[in-house]
Amino acid sequence: MFRQLSAMLIGVLLATPVFAQDTIRIATEGAYPPFNFIDASGEVKGFDVEIANALCEEMDANCELVTQNWDGIIPGLIAGRYDAIIASMSITPERQEAVSFSEPYYSNKLQFIAPGDSDFGPGDAAGSAIGAQRATIAAQWLEENVPDADIRLYDTQENAYLDLESGRLDAVLADVYVSYEWLDSDEGAAYEFKGDPVYNDDKIAVAVRKDDQVLAERFSEAIEAIRADGTYQAINGNYFPFDIY
Amino acid sequence: MNWQVMIDSFPALAEGALITLELVVISGILGVLLAVPMAMARVSPRPWLRALPLAHIYFFRGTPLLVQIYLVYYGLGQFEAVRDSVLWPYLREAYWCAIIAFTLNTSAYTAEILRGAIQSVPRGEVEAAETVGMSPALIWRRIRLPRAFRIALPAYSNEVILMLKGSALASTITLMDLTGVARTIIARTYTPVELFLAAGLLYVVLAFLILGGFRLVERRLNRHLQPG
Repeated sequence: MFRQLSAMLIGVLLATPVFAQDTIRIATEGAYPPFNFIDASGEVKGFDVEIANALCEEMDANCELVTQNWDGIIPGLIAGRYDAIIASMSITPERQEAVSFSEPYYSNKLQFIAPGDSDFGPGDAAGSAIGAQRATIAAQWLEENVPDADIRLYDTQENAYLDLESGRLDAVLADVYVSYEWLDSDEGAAYEFKGDPVYNDDKIAVAVRKDDQVLAERFSEAIEAIRADGTYQAINGNYFPFDIY
Repeated sequence: MNWQVMIDSFPALAEGALITLELVVISGILGVLLAVPMAMARVSPRPWLRALPLAHIYFFRGTPLLVQIYLVYYGLGQFEAVRDSVLWPYLREAYWCAIIAFTLNTSAYTAEILRGAIQSVPRGEVEAAETVGMSPALIWRRIRLPRAFRIALPAYSNEVILMLKGSALASTITLMDLTGVARTIIARTYTPVELFLAAGLLYVVLAFLILGGFRLVERRLNRHLQPG
């Protein structure tokens, strides 16, 4: 009996990997609309999620999506909790020391937003209370370029907007497309972009562990493929009336 | 293990630890001031007076501290009336919002600790005071409260240590307390193990200082029990 059972168990263990597609666990944040957010039914949605699914289909991989707090998302990748991050992550030299990136899947800019009736401009940042999300390039840009500003760091982008509404902040520095979505909402109606983008060269890519070059390559090829066959453009059209690639 | 990053971040972490200590000490003192009248009301023979602090105690012991902080910080800031009020200069500061939330939270727990202590003051001591003709107010001042503080002290030191650890949640509302500083540095260096280890060590030091302070107070309060 025991022998039969163990033989069966061994059989199962041996058989499983042969039939399984390779599984890639992908982390996203879930608090960064319209790129990744959790809807009323608890499902993760957004541009990043649709891109992740399209890439997985292209790579013929079986993907599991998990959500993870933003400021723990790189440590979680390094610790092996998941294999890739598709969460609107910008390529920065600091991050490149910790992780590897695929080719970019969209480009971004940083721009200030403030109440429509305020005369705030990027030049006024130094003496003002400016909000940004912790561990983002917006936070880093503020720390490097206007260290004299009263920089407040939030766990999520949504909390930074909340504090702009309450009047605790004079302005928020964030990704233009994220702000675009919020300015379009009821809460954001009284706010607007101020001045030109302060940073233009922001490339967003899939992050993988540093020694996982092969996976980064696969993502890069898949990005190229969904650009070529129009899948990307269809997803883009669901969110923005202009190409963000 | 990157020791250099731990050493480099030590000054910033120490500054954060100071904010943490400030939060705990200020809200601890304010919390006790609120808790004493609440505990006294809780042992009153009048049912309506007993019921007064009940809602406060139930709410603040029954909800997570994080929820309370969010309600004070993001919740109050949503109302136009609050933003126009004289309190807004304080409520717009994350620092005071944290103090308010921690004070209300710790006052609920402390009130219950004190209530238990007041009820375990030996009946005979209160009766003796009544017999010599002390007024109820004088009995509170001379017998029941001083005795209750002594009885409550070990349990209260526990509450302060719990509050020290709970204060890490202040980092969620932009405060640069010990945890907030650690998380901000991690965002630049991606060395969570090193930074959280260093922050953890500083928390242990803070806890050690707080417990040491309590031991001194306890020894002083109970000096009549010491040999010699």
